[in-house]
Amino acid sequence: MKVLTPTVLTYLKVVILVAVVPAIIGFVVVLAERRLMGFMQARLGPNRVGPKGLLQGVADLVKLVTKEDITPSRAERAVYFLAPVLAVIPALTALAVIPFGPAIRIGKVKTTLWVTDVNIGLLFLLAITSIGVYGIILGGWASNNKYSLLGGLRSAAQLVSYEVPMGLALVSVLLMTRSLSMVEIVHRQGRLHLWFIFPGLLAFFIYFVSGVAETNRNPFDLPEAESELVSGFNTEYSGVKFAFFFLGEYAAMIVISCVAVTVFLGGWLPPFPHVAALKFLRILPPLGWFLIKAGLFLFGYIWFRSTFPRYRFDQLMALGWKWLIPISLANIVIVACAILATPGRSNGMFVLSYIFGGLFVVMFLLAKLRQKLARRERLAAIPASAVE
Amino acid sequence: MTGAQAVPGALLTGAAGWLFVIFAVLALGMAIAVVVARNPIHSALFLLSSFLLVACIFILQQAEFVGAVQILVYAGGIMVLFLFVIMLVHQRGVRERLTFQHQWDVALLFVLAFLLPFLYVLWTERFPDLPQNLDAFRTVRGKIAGNTQAVAWVLYRDYLLPFEVASVFLLVAMIGAVVLGKRSAEKVD
Repeated sequence: MKVLTPTVLTYLKVVILVAVVPAIIGFVVVLAERRLMGFMQARLGPNRVGPKGLLQGVADLVKLVTKEDITPSRAERAVYFLAPVLAVIPALTALAVIPFGPAIRIGKVKTTLWVTDVNIGLLFLLAITSIGVYGIILGGWASNNKYSLLGGLRSAAQLVSYEVPMGLALVSVLLMTRSLSMVEIVHRQGRLHLWFIFPGLLAFFIYFVSGVAETNRNPFDLPEAESELVSGFNTEYSGVKFAFFFLGEYAAMIVISCVAVTVFLGGWLPPFPHVAALKFLRILPPLGWFLIKAGLFLFGYIWFRSTFPRYRFDQLMALGWKWLIPISLANIVIVACAILATPGRSNGMFVLSYIFGGLFVVMFLLAKLRQKLARRERLAAIPASAVE
Repeated sequence: MTGAQAVPGALLTGAAGWLFVIFAVLALGMAIAVVVARNPIHSALFLLSSFLLVACIFILQQAEFVGAVQILVYAGGIMVLFLFVIMLVHQRGVRERLTFQHQWDVALLFVLAFLLPFLYVLWTERFPDLPQNLDAFRTVRGKIAGNTQAVAWVLYRDYLLPFEVASVFLLVAMIGAVVLGKRSAEKVD
């Protein structure tokens, strides 16, 4: 009798995902974030628990579980309990449609490295992640605390605003993929020998900025701005409920990273697979490439956090509505024109890649030049007597 | 997906039929709860679950694009704004009062007055048969393509003009809102 039928395998994959992803978050991502931030801020970070602080996750877990679970006296009990759950479940559900690798076989068992491949994958992801906001809004409201409520309100406005440019950025990529299925998106990048980050460079930047805003991370972490709102929507939460909010935020980060890798960076494909000189890159299994790319994204998140100061709320709204949305609309038109210019072939996409690449290099050099000039000016402004 | 073993002409047979019954009953229950709940936030939450259940019904009918858009637009966008507004204007005194329920006797009369003709029509009218084809919602020019493609085909080819007119309506509403908002802002200054 065959035990590992496709149905059983699917359930097995769900169990593995739900068990492994929180573990990775607790033991790897959080520790990496704290150590990296320590490095970037010229301090050590956690290094006491276990060798090099590797067991910090265990200590955190014990701390969070054994902490007293407080419910404020006039809180809305049902909603207060529901909110952390609502923050975690959508983020974990979204992982179901992400292809971590191609179809593989281990021994006699053939399986795929995704739980399911639905034909509305990308849309499903957008829909599910848009539900994640309810955890934050309801948590903020149910706590019966002014700061929590303000955090929740900010979060609602922020997420509704940034969902729009994020969706529009993905629409411009959709013009190139012609499919909403996540697996088909990766396959198409393999067939075209082109990662969509190149013709979709603008879309990629818009997506990444909106993604950071959608997950309430620095520099857009206004729902939990310590200097203004104590801790924002999760002020009243403690113990396991707080851990759930924490888990929800990091799971959402991972989902955003995985979507970016799948849509823009060719998913599990190694870089430039058609170039003969780079064939040796295939040593690494596809899953390895996926994890490396997703890790780079998470590193970007951490880098953002320790580099940029927090935006003001009106600046945040202005950035979203006055910059990102118009740019992403224009981007859709540009990409559509590039594709329509060479119907049936992908030349337009390649030309667009070169244009975007050239513009990027020019802008980078201009920024460097400006930096240098500003520095020279600053140095010139120092009176000669101050310089020894 | 499950099309192979299902009987043609019957979208709601077998497990799918039972799921439909479950989703439909739950959605109706949530809709009633929206009206009965005393706390506006609870009402909004019940409305949200009702939307999600309706999305499940769409997906059950193989209209997965409509289902996803239902979640994305109604649950992810509109309900968030509802909650936002409720939280902004929410007064503690309003919370536990029966806000909309003091006219239930009149409302009951109206419900009955509308229910009777509705039931009469339902009883006497012979409806044309439902689309016999299980794949009716994902067929483009006789080929099975997917619900997204089918919706796009209908929307941008067969009904392009109505679609554009609707978008102009929305644009007018949007500009109207901007104008109104601007005027009140000037008054405050």
